[in-house]
Amino acid sequence: MRIAIDPITRIEGHLRIEVEVQDGRVTDAWSSGTMFRGIEMILRHRDPRDAWVFAQRICGVCTTVHALASVRAVENALGITIPDNARLVRDLIAGAQLVQDHVVHFYHLHALDWVDVTLALKADPGATATLAQSISLWPKSSKTYFKGVQDRLQAFVNTGQLGIFANGYWGHPAYVLPPEVNLLGVAHYLEALDWQRDFIRIHAILGGKNPHPQSYLVGGMATALNPNNEATVNADRLSLLAQLLQRGQDFVAQVYLPDVLAIASFYKDWSALGSGLGNYMAYGDYPSDNKNRPDTFFFPGGLILSQNLTAVQAVDQHQVSEYVTHSWYNYAAGDATGLHPWQGETAPKFTGPQPPYDFLLVDGKYSWLKAPRYAGHAVEVGPLARMLLAYAQDDAAVQSVVNSALSQLKVGPAALFSTLGRVAARAIEAQVMVQQLPTWLGQLEDNMARGDLRIHDNTYWDPSTWPKEAFGFGFHEAPRGSLGHWVHIKDGEIANYQAVVPSTWNAGPRDAAGQRGAYESALIGTPVANPEQPVEILRTVHSFDPCLACAVHVVDPRGREYANIRVV
Amino acid sequence: MAEHEAEQEHVLADGVWAALSRRGISRRDFLKFCTVMTSALALPMRYTPRIVRALEQAQRPALVWLEFQDCAGNSESALRASHPTFADIVLDLLSWNYHETVMAPSGTAAEKSLHDTITAEQGKYLAVVEGSIPLAYGGVYCTIGGRTAIDIVKEVCGNAYATIAVGTCAAFGGIPAAAGGVTGAVGVGDAVPGLKLINLSACPMNGANLAATIVHWLTFKELPATDELNRPLFAHGDRIHDHCPRRAHYDAGQFVEEWGDEGHQLGWCLYKMGCKGPATNYNCPQIQWNDGTNWPIGVGHGCVGCAQPQFWDAMSPFYRTLPSVPGFGVETTAEEVGLGVAATVAALTAAHAVGSAVRQRRAAKSQAAASNTATPPVTGTSQALSATASDAVPVTAGSASAQTNTEAKPADTPDEQRHDTQEEGAQP
Repeated sequence: MRIAIDPITRIEGHLRIEVEVQDGRVTDAWSSGTMFRGIEMILRHRDPRDAWVFAQRICGVCTTVHALASVRAVENALGITIPDNARLVRDLIAGAQLVQDHVVHFYHLHALDWVDVTLALKADPGATATLAQSISLWPKSSKTYFKGVQDRLQAFVNTGQLGIFANGYWGHPAYVLPPEVNLLGVAHYLEALDWQRDFIRIHAILGGKNPHPQSYLVGGMATALNPNNEATVNADRLSLLAQLLQRGQDFVAQVYLPDVLAIASFYKDWSALGSGLGNYMAYGDYPSDNKNRPDTFFFPGGLILSQNLTAVQAVDQHQVSEYVTHSWYNYAAGDATGLHPWQGETAPKFTGPQPPYDFLLVDGKYSWLKAPRYAGHAVEVGPLARMLLAYAQDDAAVQSVVNSALSQLKVGPAALFSTLGRVAARAIEAQVMVQQLPTWLGQLEDNMARGDLRIHDNTYWDPSTWPKEAFGFGFHEAPRGSLGHWVHIKDGEIANYQAVVPSTWNAGPRDAAGQRGAYESALIGTPVANPEQPVEILRTVHSFDPCLACAVHVVDPRGREYANIRVV
Repeated sequence: MAEHEAEQEHVLADGVWAALSRRGISRRDFLKFCTVMTSALALPMRYTPRIVRALEQAQRPALVWLEFQDCAGNSESALRASHPTFADIVLDLLSWNYHETVMAPSGTAAEKSLHDTITAEQGKYLAVVEGSIPLAYGGVYCTIGGRTAIDIVKEVCGNAYATIAVGTCAAFGGIPAAAGGVTGAVGVGDAVPGLKLINLSACPMNGANLAATIVHWLTFKELPATDELNRPLFAHGDRIHDHCPRRAHYDAGQFVEEWGDEGHQLGWCLYKMGCKGPATNYNCPQIQWNDGTNWPIGVGHGCVGCAQPQFWDAMSPFYRTLPSVPGFGVETTAEEVGLGVAATVAALTAAHAVGSAVRQRRAAKSQAAASNTATPPVTGTSQALSATASDAVPVTAGSASAQTNTEAKPADTPDEQRHDTQEEGAQP
């Protein structure tokens, strides 16, 4: 039977999943992005120095990541080297984003697939306290505290107005946590709401606000540094940053990571489900020099094929191409070709069913997402890809956290190739990153203490210093995976702009060869106990942390007319 | 007296305050929150007791949050609200029945939550809209559950007590409506004319202003007073320039001349680096962001004018200095500065539009959206263009709700002036 799930909630954006289910298992799947804005088209003919402000609006959940990739693309095109301080401020903003985003994803976007809120009412608060104290030093762990959370939840349920929790799949047999673990999850759902609000003040200090920090510049940052001025990042502000980072370290190490491992220990069957493609890619990121040399990356890049961790290949952005065989666009040379972003073209042509519709026409075109491929391979990007690449390339920090997590769960490394592996990798990555952030803050402080307050390189600020034509590539390992922006600058303005984003890699449709995208592949074999309550499908889809606003984009490098768009 | 107290006790047992007290919120914290709200709403402090009383008594009205051509930045901004917090609002102040980004159910179960609210709470719930609504090609650029955005917004907003458009996309079309866009994106007011509508513009809107709008509704049973763009006066009544902590540097002629120069390190005025604060109406400098931690000018980057309609086209290039305004220095009044800037921005808007029919249509549509709900429905280009000529609507400070805000004054804004300068042709 065919099931369509639309809207997929607890994600960013508009995602529709259709699956074929036989004998209680998914036998085939189609992933469709159902919203289109066309921000790259809007970028054409604009000042390349403005591009990051526009590009940042590609997404407000993974806010800031497109701003970073955008300024890097323009800097790459113009040959700009940014100052140390600008790199460090960018690293702190991006790293804080990664940590905050991972925590919010687990508690507020993903946990309700594993935690049955209603069962928390049946918990013994004393048992929850005992459990909490056995897995963590987190101070909010008394019986009284959990009793208070439970009372609050009971009062909320008693009102009969269940709000965002109404019509959840509560009581579904796939929920297997004991009541006390559910209560722990509910308590930390609420605590994480408060924590994320506090932690992200790092962005306000260094970027003016969040969402959509506003301190990027082509050539550096606008974050004014001066230890002795009230109006800038000064000694007082540095001290607040250090406090916020400390609270981040405490929360990840004492709440997020222990919760993930505790909950995962009840769901080990999900370490054999949802593996999908088995191909993993990352560009790598967080360079320690200012020329973005890959050998200085804190997160190493690379390509793993067929789960083979012993043969990591180097990546090269020239190997990226995009297909529209099953996407609502046409290519001039036919839809069987793949095009590199610098040569890319897009003519949107909606050939889906006329709304309102019940099912997509999945044999033809069925998504606003294109299908990116690396050297022809469908690949998965994201925290799992990064952690596998770091693990396989003997990164000591990553290996230590990964090995510790695997031994606590009493599973081998192969368990990582799964839905549960994605959840665990995200928590592991947050732990690795939150431990690193104080190092970068310390380097910034050291520079400022030496009187180095440089934050921007003005050499190529004036467009009269630019070449007549230039091409640039900007990358970032965003929370959801490998992000690339490609820019073509001509006569001082943007001639072409393209973004190939993590969720396009993961949520994209089939390509010319019929290869499924990462979501589609991972869903094969997923159990579906009750088609009316497809919580198992949500588990695997959410394990990728979908971000669909990011994923749908279109560019038009050749000035094609759009008058031919029509609903067929 | 005793009887009154007993009644008060009864109210407390059922009201929002009861919910808050069950959460362990102290009476002192509750009163502090009410005071913060009074301040955020730019009300005199004598209104605090009224807010306290209202929140003590309020039941939890329903709210549904729709997302269309959006980036979820406004959802995230709501998550950052601190007085009250998102948890306070969602669990205690309102019955937050539908919001794709955070709700538990998906698919048909999620749609049931929406349908149940529309039928059971018809005419009583608040609809929040995030993201623009694409009208081109039958609306195929955004579908949810197989339905188009415009189909959904007509039903959900049409049956609501009122609609709050959060962010510049939902208010005025925003980035999908910028020049170069092909999806026919418009704001809610343009998509469904005639709604009772509040536009919380900015990219994203500040979560604190959403919280304040909701509290205003709970307190006074009606929406806050607005300017001619349906934006609440408490948030959009004043120019950023007028409240900027760097204003003294502007008046003294102390400007950042280059990124990272000495003036930049001393927190001087960013006007010459392209700051759009003199042309933007928002309470950014007063309430700031992320629990009052900072704001864009505070970090050292200029304002990009994100609270203004069409800012993606009218305010860019973002690093171009606003054309010279008459008479720098302490002798110049804010009104004079604003007048000059508004005229120039209007001229820029027009210049930007030359040679682009698409862009002209966008501007016309946005102008139509910008005018109040008395504007006729915009269904085609010619009508949209005629709407442009008629957009010099009188400043009514919103609806009857203006009466509730005794401090509210008519907007004396660059927008209003811009409209005046753009007026050409006769009123219909």
